[in-house]
Amino acid sequence: MKASAESILEVRDLVKHFPLTQGIIVKRQIGAIKAVDGVSFDLHRGETLGIVGESGCGKSTLAKLLMALERPTSGSVRIHGKDITKAKGAELKRMRRNIQMVMQDPYTSLNPRMTVGDIVGEPFEIHPDVAPKGDRRRRVQELLEVVGLNPDHINRYPHQFSGGQRQRIGIARGLALQPEIIICDEPVSALDVSIQAQVMNLLERLQNEFGLSYIFIAHDLSVVRHISDRVAVMYLGKIVELGTDSEIYDSPTHPYTQALLSAVPVPDPEGRETRQRIILQGDPPSPANPPSGCHFRTRCWKAQDICAQQVPVLERRPGSDHPSACHFAEVRDVVNAQ
Amino acid sequence: MTEVLSEQVGSGSRSGALLEVDNLHVEFHTRAGVAKAVNGVTYSVDAGETLAVLGESGSGKSVTAQTIMGILDMPPGKITGGEIRFRGVDLLKLPEDQRRKIRGEGISMVFQDALSALNPVFPVGWQIAEMFRMHRGTSRAEAKKKAIELMDRVRIPAAKDRVNDFPHQFSGGMRQRIMIAMAIALDPEILIADEPTTALDVTVQAQIMELLAELQRESNMGLILITHDLGVVADVADKIAVMYGGRIVEHAEVHDLYKNPAHPYSKGLLESIPRVDHKGQELYAIKGMPPNLLEMPSGCAFHPRCPYRRETCETDVPPLYTISGTRGSACHYWREVIDEGQR
Repeated sequence: MKASAESILEVRDLVKHFPLTQGIIVKRQIGAIKAVDGVSFDLHRGETLGIVGESGCGKSTLAKLLMALERPTSGSVRIHGKDITKAKGAELKRMRRNIQMVMQDPYTSLNPRMTVGDIVGEPFEIHPDVAPKGDRRRRVQELLEVVGLNPDHINRYPHQFSGGQRQRIGIARGLALQPEIIICDEPVSALDVSIQAQVMNLLERLQNEFGLSYIFIAHDLSVVRHISDRVAVMYLGKIVELGTDSEIYDSPTHPYTQALLSAVPVPDPEGRETRQRIILQGDPPSPANPPSGCHFRTRCWKAQDICAQQVPVLERRPGSDHPSACHFAEVRDVVNAQ
Repeated sequence: MTEVLSEQVGSGSRSGALLEVDNLHVEFHTRAGVAKAVNGVTYSVDAGETLAVLGESGSGKSVTAQTIMGILDMPPGKITGGEIRFRGVDLLKLPEDQRRKIRGEGISMVFQDALSALNPVFPVGWQIAEMFRMHRGTSRAEAKKKAIELMDRVRIPAAKDRVNDFPHQFSGGMRQRIMIAMAIALDPEILIADEPTTALDVTVQAQIMELLAELQRESNMGLILITHDLGVVADVADKIAVMYGGRIVEHAEVHDLYKNPAHPYSKGLLESIPRVDHKGQELYAIKGMPPNLLEMPSGCAFHPRCPYRRETCETDVPPLYTISGTRGSACHYWREVIDEGQR
């Protein structure tokens, strides 16, 4: 959790548009889903950057772009100064070793026909120079031990493990290549409440032990606050507010962040009758046809003419010390935030 | 509707609450063995009241709800004991045609996943109107008109234009509203909501919870809210029943439970919530895993994970000890748990 100022991941103006086509033989492009629409941020060594937002806001597409599983429409993702989006062949393979992923659903992200040893050891098959063949079994057992599983269970299959244990297998696989960056896409949301805390503790312990940097994508805001050093709030493909955890949770300035925080139910019934809550109307608009200007204006209670004409830039606004993409950014105390 | 019902089932004595589940036992017979999903669950709900049933997957909370509704698959399910009294009459002894009458008119249910609970090949308006056609024999045109009214009532914008749309044309939140419209169509006295917001975003969750609260105020329904979310419970519940391994381990008024839990499991759950002042520290985690229903631990089902464990816990199944009034805890050492307070 001791983040240094050195940034190991630099994301600049990242854009991913998925084309919408019409016609069966002759395909014409009639529009685009703007899944990620100009995202920039830095990730420092040993830091956890939390990314929150509703479904459809582009969190998972962003994760795929960082992993180079999708090619961006434009923009760059630099790891130690090298752009992974332009890398090809052997170079891409080498770069990918440094950035790994833990998936959301431990029930579908593990191949049921492979043993735990094969699953955790598969990265070594792809990158044989990390661990020589004779050494692999021992390495896999070490990894299992690191994530708190019994190394003797190396020959078992995923169905013989519980949800929490399966997520540990997924984490061990992510650690296999000793990456510097791990992207956790909703790593605890499929787990039972009593198991979530165990997995969160494991992730924090591993970060301290190996100096990992995390991109932590989740919709549970209290979980994100617990683990993150900084938090980015996304809405319809854009980051609308970015700051340290206390800046975002204690003094949010963007109306969307405020609404999101106030919608989180507080696990304490005291004073619930008097609690103020901002309830947004309707659903997020379609990313195929986002509103002009500020994407949030159609659901915003502060919207004025300027919001429809000018796209608000993510920058530091008067009266606040962290960037916010709102023309009328203003600190509002959201008591609810946990 | 109340008249129709009271004619049919109103003959029983009405001493207790509107709906009472009394010492219910449900098993599933599988090839691997007998899974005791519900082992003596007792709870009650009155009109206008909200009972939250809190528990992890496999705790038996949904099976209890399905048994109340009479939609449990039998076999493999089997009710091996207990009563479910609605207005004093044991539903488990009623013939199917009378239960069918109660389903929808007396007690109805909202499911977790609206997309798979709705029929994809019929328009939503048709599916809502089905309630009136089947239960009341309303004409098609009249039923459709009522469906539109209901869609208005659950705040679906432009209900008139959307009544012929199909489920896939709605967003997750709107689909859940349609489910709610179907559930409240016949003015039930009890609404069971099984994880109604788990699949939804927080902003939409807030909308749906507000809608449920409003509908409850308007019609004074009893609400059974099944969830694993401690935040949602704290927001809306009057009473809580915490379930673990097919049993109720703690039963309390909402304020009492959050202030000072009386069972190690509820206490562990509350402590494992990430809190601002604990940032940077390790989270409290209940060790171990939820029990396997096929091989339940002896004695108290929670004992392998419990920090208060003694020898008696491994042999004696704790009854639900009465602490005060409606409050109960199924822990031999509840006094210790309460005295220690929250860390």
